[in-house]
This record gives sequence, C-alpha cells and structure tokens, in this order.
Amino acid sequence: MASRPLSPHLTVWKWGPHMLVSILHRITGDGMAFVALPVLLWWLGALAAGPEAYASFQHQATSWYGYVVLVGISWAFFNHMTSGIRHFVMDVGAGYEIHTNKRWSVATTVIGILLTAAFWAAVIWY
Amino acid sequence: MGDGTELGRVRGLGPAREGEEGWMQQRFTAVGNLLLVGFLVVSIILLPDLSYSTVSEWLRHPVPAVAMALLVANVFWHARLGLRELIGDYVHEDGNKFACFLAVNFAWAGGTAFGLFFILKLALGGVPA
Repeated sequence: MASRPLSPHLTVWKWGPHMLVSILHRITGDGMAFVALPVLLWWLGALAAGPEAYASFQHQATSWYGYVVLVGISWAFFNHMTSGIRHFVMDVGAGYEIHTNKRWSVATTVIGILLTAAFWAAVIWY
Repeated sequence: MGDGTELGRVRGLGPAREGEEGWMQQRFTAVGNLLLVGFLVVSIILLPDLSYSTVSEWLRHPVPAVAMALLVANVFWHARLGLRELIGDYVHEDGNKFACFLAVNFAWAGGTAFGLFFILKLALGGVPA
C-alpha cells in the first residue's frame, strides 16, 4: 500500500479562484447543515412554544455572538447560492473556458458577499 | 456476490442507469431552495419587525405556513444529499461509513419531523391563550 501512487491533491496545485469556489461551496453547504438547520429548528420551535421561548431565542440571536452566527449563516447561504447557480451553468456545459471560468469564480464569491451585505442593510433599514 | 463471470462481478455493486437519481434530486432540491429560501429572505426583509407577534402572525397564514413546511422538507433533503457526498469522499471504512449514513438519516428524519410539527402546531393551533 505504502508505495502506491497518490493522485495529486490540494498541496500540489497552483491555487486559483475556481478551487476557492469549490471548497467554499462544500464548506458553506455542509456548514449550513450543521449550523443553519439547528438554528432554523430552534427558531421554529421557539415560535411554536410561545412568546417566552421566542424571547430567549431572540436574546441569544441578538447578542454579539448571535449576530456572528446569523451573519455567518446568511453569508454561507448567499455564497452557496451563487456558486450553486454557477454549478447549474456548468451543468449545461458552459463556462469551462479558462478566463470565463476564472471571471465567474471571482464574481460568484464577490456577489455572495455583496448579497449578504445588501440583505443586512435591507433588514436593518427597510 | 461474484461467480467469476463479468455480470457476477458487477452485480450488487451499485445502480445501472439509475445512478443519476441522487444527482438529479440534488438539482431539483437546489431549485426548490432557491425559491423557498428566497421566499424566507424576502419575508424577513418585508416584515415590519421580527417580534413574536409579527412573525407568529405571519406564519399562521396559509402561504407562509406551506412555504416554510416545503422549505423544511426540501432543505433537509438537500442537506442529507450533501452530507452523504461529504461522507462518501472522506469516510472510507465501511463500518464508519454505515454509521455516518445512519446518523445523517436519523438527523434528516428528526429534523424534518420536528420542523414540520413546529409549523403545523403554530399554524393550526389557533390563537394562544
């Protein structure tokens, strides 16, 4: 086993934006499964349980660490959404040319951050 | 398992022709998430505030209640598929893989059931005392 050839992995490739997008897609997706879904259930459970339970949810959610988690969840969602849409484009066989691929890799990451900022701006000021 | 023939060696090792099933479900639920989480995001923005009375009143209406129920079912199924892919990539020992798939299935079933129950309880529970 020891002498069997290994397939090239993260350490041997020159980093490019497409790698970042792929890795972020997995981290944000699986991250949401572990963090966002329990928070969603807590929120729904607190709503079902009544005003007191909801108040204790709000107390945690509006603390500094609560905002860190909520902003993180919203960024994970918007990032996963934009890179997911990029996956749909690539599913139909488009966007594989090196420059196009690079441009949209950067774009999805940036748009994900901008949407997160726009969401919180809308929540706060709308 | 195998009896040494070509068919015998591949029998039981996985799907033929139906291999794209999980892949397609991931795409279908992805589109569903786009619509349903989009609905939640827009609702959060449009609600005048996020107090108990406002949000619980909103969730009692048919369209938000059904949308959130569909969201719970859809998002947990999508997460289940994603976690199975993660496990498939990083957990190589058969026993561990089985344990991980089992845990994911339990979490999926429990999460979906609780999520739907919470929404139904609120939406059908009438006005609280």
